[in-house]
Order: sequence, then C-alpha cells, then structure tokens
Amino acid sequence: MRARVQTQPFDPAAELEGFGAGAGAIVTFTGVVRDDTGSMAALELEHYPGMTERAMEGHGDTAARRFDLIDWRIVHRHGRLRVGEPIMMVATAARHRQAAFQAADFLMDWLKSRAPFWKREIGQDGSARWVAAKDSDEAALDRWQAMPR
Amino acid sequence: MTVDVLYFAWLRERVGIPRERVETQAATVRDLVTELAARDDWHAAAFADMTAVRCAVDQELVGLDAPLGKAREVAFFPPMTGG
Repeated sequence: MRARVQTQPFDPAAELEGFGAGAGAIVTFTGVVRDDTGSMAALELEHYPGMTERAMEGHGDTAARRFDLIDWRIVHRHGRLRVGEPIMMVATAARHRQAAFQAADFLMDWLKSRAPFWKREIGQDGSARWVAAKDSDEAALDRWQAMPR
Repeated sequence: MTVDVLYFAWLRERVGIPRERVETQAATVRDLVTELAARDDWHAAAFADMTAVRCAVDQELVGLDAPLGKAREVAFFPPMTGG
C-alpha cells in the first residue's frame, strides 16, 4: 500500500528506503505536532476507518497521473500524539523537481481539507478543543482547480 | 431501506453514539438529516448548523442534496482537519 494510516510513530528516513528508484527528483514533507499556545499536552486525531485509506489511495493515484509521478507515499497517524512528533508525511518521486514539488503540495492541500481526519487539542489542564478548519486551507485546494494541467 | 449512519468528531459527541442503524425512506441526504434531527434533542443539536456539517455516502464525499440511492453507509462529520 502506498497510503497508510497508523497509530504508531514512524521514521521518515526509513520510509524512503528503496523509494522512487529511477527518479530524478524526490520530495518529502513531514508534518510535526506543534504547540502554538504553550499549553498543549497532546494532539488527538480521529479518522474514518475505511474511507481514509480509500480516499488517500485514490488521491495519490490522481496526483500520480496529473504530475506523471514514478512513485508516491502517504503515511498519516491517528490517535494521541505528543508535541514534536511527526503526524504525517508525503513523498513524491518524479523525473524532474517541479513535478515532485507540485505533487507534494497538491497532496498536502488535499490532505488538509478532504482527508477524513479531525484534530483535537488536549490541554495540560485536561481540556479538549476540536481544531476548526481554516478558510485558507480551502482556498489552497481551490487553486488546483484553476491551474492548467 | 436500512442505512448505517456514522458520526465523527463533535457530531459524534453531540449525538452521543458513533453509529446507528436507521430505517428510512429519505430520497436525499438532506431528507435523512431532517428525519435524524427530529429523533431527539441530541440529534437536533448535532444538526443545528448545517454549514458546519459535511457528509459522505458509502465513503464518498457528497453535497447535502445528493440522492441516497441504495446507500448502505452515510457519515456525518465537521469539516476535515488532516495533514
């Protein structure tokens, strides 16, 4: 499977072993749990088992066709994560760097607002707050519709 | 027909259960929402602001006016926050 959902931590470097053989350009992006308030104990991610895997595989294939990728990977965690831990990564392999960069960006914009994950911030005082979706993430996704293929 | 209805994130918390099996004659997602919201106060609270609700029919994202057809699984959730 090129798309994977899991609770366990992952090692971004280990994920790239043997990845993208024959490519001229490999781009990877790793998202990390950050604490903007200084009061966060953990981040919890809920997802929709079944739909998540299907949707990520489907969108990865779309990216592969659109950007002529040689290979791609998506790893996304769910469950309880600590500040500083990797949440997710995408990797894209193409002949040239522009396609690899663009495909990674395209996958990230989609993951932000179309992959069925929901984040909740757990405070050091035990409070829990669902993270609201951002309009800017929606706008970032829209620009791919307008862009010539 | 019988449909499995799933709830995620704060919709799950408001309804109080992660899933339920529902008997419905609803033609569209919106019709199903109307039926569900009439069940009790918890459901009504979950569906109070439909601008904040997204939906998937058989694990495909759809709009509220999408037909239910022969759907087996309908999920309701807030806008997604992955990545």
